[in-house]
Amino acid sequence: MGVNQSLGGNVTVTSLDKLVNWVRKSSIWPMTFGLACCAIEMMATGASHNDLDRFGIIFRASPRQSDCIIIAGTVTKKMLPVIKTVYEQMPEPKWVVAMGACACSGGIFDTYSVVQGIDEALPVDVYIPGCPPRPEALLYGLMKLQDKIMGESGSFGSVFGLGDRVSTV
Amino acid sequence: MANNEIMTINMGPQHPSTHGVLRMVIELDGENILKIDPDIGYLHRGVEKLSEHRTYHQTLPLTDRLDYLAPMSNNLGYILAVEKLLGIEVPERAQTIRIIMTELTRLKSHLVWLACHALDIGAMTVFIYAFRERETIMETYELISGARMTSNFYRAGGLSQDVPPEFEKKVREFIATMPGYIDTYEGLLTTNPIWVKRTVGNGVISAEDATDIGITGPALRGSGVDFDLRRDIPYAGYESYKFEVPVGKECDTFDRYKVRLIEMRESCKIINQAFERLKPGPVLADSPQVCYPPKDSVYNSIEGLIHHFKIASEGYKVPEGEVYMGIEAPKGELGFYIVSDGSSKPYRMRIRPPSFVNLQAIEKMAKGSMVADLVAIIGTLDIVLGEIDR
Repeated sequence: MGVNQSLGGNVTVTSLDKLVNWVRKSSIWPMTFGLACCAIEMMATGASHNDLDRFGIIFRASPRQSDCIIIAGTVTKKMLPVIKTVYEQMPEPKWVVAMGACACSGGIFDTYSVVQGIDEALPVDVYIPGCPPRPEALLYGLMKLQDKIMGESGSFGSVFGLGDRVSTV
Repeated sequence: MANNEIMTINMGPQHPSTHGVLRMVIELDGENILKIDPDIGYLHRGVEKLSEHRTYHQTLPLTDRLDYLAPMSNNLGYILAVEKLLGIEVPERAQTIRIIMTELTRLKSHLVWLACHALDIGAMTVFIYAFRERETIMETYELISGARMTSNFYRAGGLSQDVPPEFEKKVREFIATMPGYIDTYEGLLTTNPIWVKRTVGNGVISAEDATDIGITGPALRGSGVDFDLRRDIPYAGYESYKFEVPVGKECDTFDRYKVRLIEMRESCKIINQAFERLKPGPVLADSPQVCYPPKDSVYNSIEGLIHHFKIASEGYKVPEGEVYMGIEAPKGELGFYIVSDGSSKPYRMRIRPPSFVNLQAIEKMAKGSMVADLVAIIGTLDIVLGEIDR
């Protein structure tokens, strides 16, 4: 008759990819990197009222400890090389969130000194509109990023150089 | 490395305690700072140039984003300058609401200063508390203007709209609890040995040096100079309010901290006085050349619609001339210098940001101190890169 007994609640069957994704999405560590007005709303999101910690999101001061960069504010032409350097210092896997109108598209600052959207230089995963976006909007954007991370395949194998990490969302 | 070698290091623009994107080139002898050279411009957005292509009405949202910790103070400085050119009278009620909101903005800005300053020195609790109180002010902003930060609430001749009925109750409740919260911050910091060690005797600048450089605001008053534009060159009706101007003695970071805390208490008093005299009435001047018509007439009459369309598409014309208007923003004297050629767009607008001038004191303050003290000095100067770079 074979084994009739169920495995019970102590065993979970999953793929290694899913396990790795779950770990990654539950501990997104963004860079502490405020550029302009949006950074204040980012701080407000991290502070007492909205408390990013409950999502496992803890701001890190060094790019080498981070896996996510929130571009919070206006990117100027003078600032862009610095942001690129910081991004390159972050270890893989890494994600980019463009927070606010300036980071998405330059916003109201269509001038000689402002980069018209960070996507001219970095691969953006989530765009959050608003000037500045409310903390709720930032939370929603970060939850969208978590969904995106959960949808990735090849996350386990790519660590050993077996195949590539592919985003399906 | 040889013992007497001087090292040049780079701090920022990516640094958690430079309050934005400030970069400093520091020459060090061991831990001691020999020379410090701030490099700014990482947030230069061309606000002054941008305003030349926009009407006076469209320039207002740009001022929100200068000192983004105190948007309504920037709005006020700009609007007062435009009103001075126009020679327009503001109704009593609008004047009073402006005072309430500008003082709430001062509280809001000082709360972020306290939060970040304390966080940089290592006191995380204060950060969490200060942001809790700040959230109430943000809700008030949202209640009256619809935006949490970039309010864009004032108009030439008054306000964009009247405040809702629940406004008074909400702000009065908050102001009643605020002194207790300030006591909490003082309890956490003023006698805290770490805080005292890090701030007393740190970043000293004499009154002469401070006036020579042109420092304004709490940073100047911390050095013992009794100067406050609200009292000395009153604007927007401040002459009829009673408040104290706190002054420091020791010229150090600790005194500037005390000055700002007393200023927060005084702001609460000003708001209470303003509520005493808040009477119903119009919030926009009766000046059809400048002000938008009431929404009711826009929706229900063709004259109102034409009137609205004309102001929205052309903007209002401002008489030829030039004007300087300085106000006491939370960080110091915020000045707007506007040159008008008689059209509906500013011919040239120059902004005198307090942080920009205050930042120049950093070399005098930090020379000879340790690198770790520099973090406290940046915090006490309370700079915002948005208005330094503009």
